[in-house]
Amino acid sequence: MKRIVVHEEHCLGCRLCEVYCLVQHSSSRDIIKAYRQEREQVMPRVLVEESGPISFALQCRQCSEPSCVEACPSGAMHRDERTGAILCDEERCVGCWMCIMVCPAGAVRQNLAGTRIASKCDLCYGSEIPACVAHCPNEALTYEEVDLQEGGA
Amino acid sequence: MALSLAEASFVIDRDEARCIACQVCVRQCANDVHYYDEDTDRVLSDTASCVGCHRCVSMCPTDALTVRQNPLEFRPHANWTGDMLRGIYRQAETGGMLLSGMGCDRPYRIYWDHIVLNASQVTNPSIDPLREPMELKTYLGAKPEKLSFAADGALVAEEMGPQLELEVPIMFSAMSYGSISFNACLSLARAARASGTFYNTGEGGLHPALYEYGANTIAQVASGRFGVHLDYLNAVAALEIKIGQGAKPGIGGHLPGEKVTRDISRTRMIPEGTDAISPAPHHDIYSIEDLRQLIYALKEATYYEKPVSVKVAAVHNIAPIASGIVRAGADIVAIDGLRGGTGAAPTIIRNNVGIPIELAIAAVDQRLREEGIRHRASLVAAGSVRNSADVVKAIALGADAVYIATGALVALGCHLCQSCYSGKCNWGIATQDPYLTKRLNPNIGERRLVNLLRAWALEIKEMMGGMGINSVESLRGNRDHLRGVGLNQVELDALGIRAAGY
Repeated sequence: MKRIVVHEEHCLGCRLCEVYCLVQHSSSRDIIKAYRQEREQVMPRVLVEESGPISFALQCRQCSEPSCVEACPSGAMHRDERTGAILCDEERCVGCWMCIMVCPAGAVRQNLAGTRIASKCDLCYGSEIPACVAHCPNEALTYEEVDLQEGGA
Repeated sequence: MALSLAEASFVIDRDEARCIACQVCVRQCANDVHYYDEDTDRVLSDTASCVGCHRCVSMCPTDALTVRQNPLEFRPHANWTGDMLRGIYRQAETGGMLLSGMGCDRPYRIYWDHIVLNASQVTNPSIDPLREPMELKTYLGAKPEKLSFAADGALVAEEMGPQLELEVPIMFSAMSYGSISFNACLSLARAARASGTFYNTGEGGLHPALYEYGANTIAQVASGRFGVHLDYLNAVAALEIKIGQGAKPGIGGHLPGEKVTRDISRTRMIPEGTDAISPAPHHDIYSIEDLRQLIYALKEATYYEKPVSVKVAAVHNIAPIASGIVRAGADIVAIDGLRGGTGAAPTIIRNNVGIPIELAIAAVDQRLREEGIRHRASLVAAGSVRNSADVVKAIALGADAVYIATGALVALGCHLCQSCYSGKCNWGIATQDPYLTKRLNPNIGERRLVNLLRAWALEIKEMMGGMGINSVESLRGNRDHLRGVGLNQVELDALGIRAAGY
């Protein structure tokens, strides 16, 4: 399946990926409205990790054998059959945060209200290319066909 | 501390209705112009250190930023302009020379813009480059003295010295690893290989990772001899002795110690953190005869397999200087004009020393023809070739090929803020700061440079086709295809062209 590949050596740490991820997952999908009116409800599902000059954007690795799906007691975490992306069905999520505990990449986060799972990359469900990849100014994120090894993260 | 009279060069307009306080501008400005104020949840700007590089403008996701020249005006004075006053204020405060990056920014006449090209109409046919072959291939190096024929009239192939084969008559001129980032060097090297042309190491030596591009590399030997060793000389396609540079004729170079990182110290073979100072002259070259010794020392060291170029700045007596260089045995003479760029030069030198490349190339081509030695060396014109028409005009004035550097850096994102010497290039080009060098992705850099050369090649073919010329060989020195507009007779004579209408 197609996955987001992170090229640390080209990441500027500008965090435009976070900006556009937030916009993509806002209800208005308008950058100014998303920041001005929805800032309390929506958060980016990608996070730029930084240490000195080294930085990279981290979002769900879409593991081939995802621990979060295995650990989820309510069946909210599941693999989408059409895209292969691992999604969280927020209707079924009970907010136990097991997924957060088991995620090897630290790529799942609580939503802003802290009750449910929100911060989970869905590969911008339905779009051809994820927003973070499309808007990375230095091609530090690419969207490529990558086969992970069994159990690989 | 006494009051500073240096005002901000720019003002920043932030459209508060569009700013989302995402702080991308804060993170992108190496000059710390933008900052986030937590108390008000707003991003603010302190314009004092803005250099006008537009990095923040390009990166702003909501187009909330505009950078304008500071509209603050002095009482108008044709002689004591604002620039003059600001220079004096700064020098009165610092007691130092003013520095600048890039080429001369004074409004000397740009002769390219006063030369127009010819096109075929009725009496001779133009050529459609989309339908007919159009040759841009160029060979640089000494050509045979004469044509010889066998008894049966067949052409006898003369022995010819080493040649550089260019797919397009455009090369990337000397920029050292140190003055520009490794990623910038790598972009140039890869683009040169992909486009079938050459880039030039400047005086920065050759980084081990760039040896694989040796076949598309011209290695410079300059007055500091940084990074020069036998493997370096033999790893590349041609050698270039740098005597002078258009941006700062007559003076040397200085790479400050803070830019001499571990990698650069190894590449240049100097201790880490020490200033790399290139003397103004080569201390072993005080005459044409001395130059000849170095040319032949390099030829000996490389088994006469590589053409040797000599690069000089365009100065008043450039024609006899070039003649001497050819007679000293150079296979290529590169001439860098007044407007040629640099990473750092005293502003006063950059803006006042040297002559425009258009006049220099015309004078040198003319002189070498008169002396019957034009074939002994190829001519490369450098010093602000801005577009494909400049290339065509340079070749028609007598150059074999051109060097571009400022144009290449612009393709990589340079916005000519002229602050290369600060080491804070926000575009990741003229910097060694690991936070900034990452900003230039060599994959993107290569692609953009290849695109630029491709686009220029297409345009050159169109222009040549219009003139009814199907080979760059037939364009070289073909001043009949040039006419001057708005030039006086002295200038027309210096360029060796006629006025438009004649």
